[in-house]
Amino acid sequence: MSALLEIEGLQVEFGRQSPTAAVRGASFVVESGETHCLVGESGCGKSVTALSIMNLLARGARRRADKLAFKGGDLRGLSDAAMSRLRGNEMAMIFQEPMTSLNPAYTVGSQMTEVLRRHKHVNQRAATDRAADLLARVGITAPGLRLGQFPHQLSGGLRQRVMIAMALMCEPQLLIADEPTTALDVTVQAQILRLLATLQRDLGLGLLLITHDLGIVARIATRVSVMYAGEVVESAATADLFAAPKHPYTQGLLRCVPVPGKIQRDQPLGSIPGTVPRIGPGFEGCAFRDRCDFADATCAHTVPLHNAGPTHNFLCRLPA
Amino acid sequence: MNTPVAIEVRGVRKTFRVKGGLFGADRHVVAVDDISFAVPQGGVLGVVGESGCGKSTLARLILGLLAPSAGEITVEGQRVLAMDRKARARLIQPVFQDPFASLNPLARIRDIVAMPLIAQGTFGRAEIGRKVEEMLERVGLSREQGTRLPSELSGGQRQRVAIARALVLRPRIVVCDEPTSALDVSVQAQILNLLAELRKDLGLTYLFISHNLAVVEHVASDVAVMYLGRFVERQPTEALFAHPEHPYTKALLASVLTPEPGLGVPDVGLGDILPDPANIPPGCRFHPRCPIAEPRCAVETPPFKPRPGGGVECLLVP
Repeated sequence: MSALLEIEGLQVEFGRQSPTAAVRGASFVVESGETHCLVGESGCGKSVTALSIMNLLARGARRRADKLAFKGGDLRGLSDAAMSRLRGNEMAMIFQEPMTSLNPAYTVGSQMTEVLRRHKHVNQRAATDRAADLLARVGITAPGLRLGQFPHQLSGGLRQRVMIAMALMCEPQLLIADEPTTALDVTVQAQILRLLATLQRDLGLGLLLITHDLGIVARIATRVSVMYAGEVVESAATADLFAAPKHPYTQGLLRCVPVPGKIQRDQPLGSIPGTVPRIGPGFEGCAFRDRCDFADATCAHTVPLHNAGPTHNFLCRLPA
Repeated sequence: MNTPVAIEVRGVRKTFRVKGGLFGADRHVVAVDDISFAVPQGGVLGVVGESGCGKSTLARLILGLLAPSAGEITVEGQRVLAMDRKARARLIQPVFQDPFASLNPLARIRDIVAMPLIAQGTFGRAEIGRKVEEMLERVGLSREQGTRLPSELSGGQRQRVAIARALVLRPRIVVCDEPTSALDVSVQAQILNLLAELRKDLGLTYLFISHNLAVVEHVASDVAVMYLGRFVERQPTEALFAHPEHPYTKALLASVLTPEPGLGVPDVGLGDILPDPANIPPGCRFHPRCPIAEPRCAVETPPFKPRPGGGVECLLVP
C-alpha cells in the first residue's frame, strides 16, 4: 500500500464579516486499496473536506493546507485546467442525492460517455460500450435499455448505481463517496455498500467514504477518521476504534446506532444532546465541550493529542 | 380489560390509475390491498417496508387526505371521511419526513406552530400565544428560537417544530411518516426519545412509519411489515424482533447495519428485482425476491396464519 491521498493541516473558511471555520486543521491519509471513512454529524466538515480535495468549494471559500497531495503530487498550486484533468479522471466523486447530481435533461448514456470522451478522447461507440459494461458491472440488468433512459425513469437505487458506474468510467484511483446511501432504503443501502466494497477490492481503489452512520463504518472501513467541528478528533483502524473508542464524541455516536434486539424499550436511546456548533477562526479549546459529559474548565483551552496505540490517536484531555 | 380502539382499519384498499401515455393502456397501481388492523389507545403501531410498499398511502388514508377505494377507517370511533376538517385536525395530526419541505420557509417558527390553532377559529390571541410557548418548550425549543425562520434551524430542530405543530391542538393520534429518515443518527435518537416521552406524557396513539426496522423497535408496541400493499407479518414488537418469521422481515432485519466490525456488508438475498406496485406478482407477492421461495409460492396465495397479537402470511412457515 502507498499513500494515495495525503492531507495535513487542512483548513477551510467561509465568509468575511463573521467567518466560519468549516475545517480546522484536519489531517489524514487514504492509501490505495483501502476504504477510509470520514464519520461525523451534519455540519462537522466532512463534505467540505471532500469538496476541498476536489477543489470544488464555493467561490469565496478559503482553503489552506500544510500538505494536500495526490499520488505524491501537490494539489495546492494546480491550475483549474490541471485540476479538471484530474477530476472525473484519476479522482472521482459520488454524491448523496443521485437525482440532483444527474442531469435530468440528458440520457444516462450521454452523461456517462461525456466523461470518457472528454478525458480520454474515445469515440462515441467505444464510450457507449464501456458505459454498458460498467452498468452491467454495477448490477444493472439490460444496460442497453438503461443507457437510453432519463434519470427520472430510474429508481433511487438504480440512479446511485449509475452514479457509481459513471464515476468509474475513467478508471480513477481515488473514489470519494459522500453519503452515497443516505437517501436509500436499508435493503438498497446494503446492496450499494456491498457493490462499493466489491469494486474497491477488485479495482484496488482508494475509497474515501463519508457517512454519519457508524453502523456503515464498522462494516466497510479499513480506517476511520471521526470528524467534529472541522477537526479529526479520533483516528484509528476500524477494529481498534470499535473495540476501544476513546473520544467522548465517538462513544456518543456509537450509542446512537440502534441495534435490533438490544434496545431497552423503557430506557431512552443513547443520543448526543445539542448540535455541532458553528465556529469562527481562532476558536480555542475543545469544540465538543458543551455537549460532553466529561468536560471541565480545562477543556476551554487545552486539547492534547493522545496516542492509544501506534495508529490510534484522539484529541481529548482525558487520557485513556 | 379491552382497551378502547384508537385507529380501526377494515378491509381497506386503495388503487390509483396511472395514465399509460399516448398509446399505452392505463395501469392500476394497488397501493394498499385489503388491509385490516386496529391500534388500541396509547399503542404504537410501527409500519415498516421499502419505498413503494404503500406505507405512505396508508398514512394518508388514515389522515383522511385520501379516500379509500374500498373499506372503512375510523379513528376514536368516528369515520375519518365523515368528519369535517377542523374536527379531524383536533383528533389526528401528521409529522412528515422532510422538515425542510414541510415548514413554510417564510414564516417564523412560532407562527408555524400557531397555524393549527388559528385555523380552528376558536382561540383568542393570548391563548394562542400561551399554547404555542408551552408547546415549544415541551419539544425542547427556546422562546428565542420561536422568533426564527426554519432556515435558521438545524434539521433536528425543524423536526421538533413539526412535532410541536402536530401536537399544539392536543390531538389523540399522531401519524409519523418517516420522521427521522432525513436526520443524522445522533439527532434521530433525540427525536425518537422525544416522541416516546410525549406519547407517555400525553397518552398519544402513534402510527409510526419507517423503512428501517431498527428505528421502530424503540417506539413501537407492535410492528407490521408491509410488502406491496399488504401486511405480510404483524407481531408485538418483542416477539417480532425475537422470532421474525416472514422471510421478508428477516431480510429487513439483516439489512440493518449494526456497528460490529469484521462482519462486512450482508447479502440480504433479495436480488436486484424491485417490487412494482403496478405489477403485483401472482401467488405470494414476495416470491420473486424471496431467498427460500418454492414453486408453489408462485401459484398459491399465502393464507393468514394467526399468531398471538398478529399473524404472518407465508406458505412456508408452519
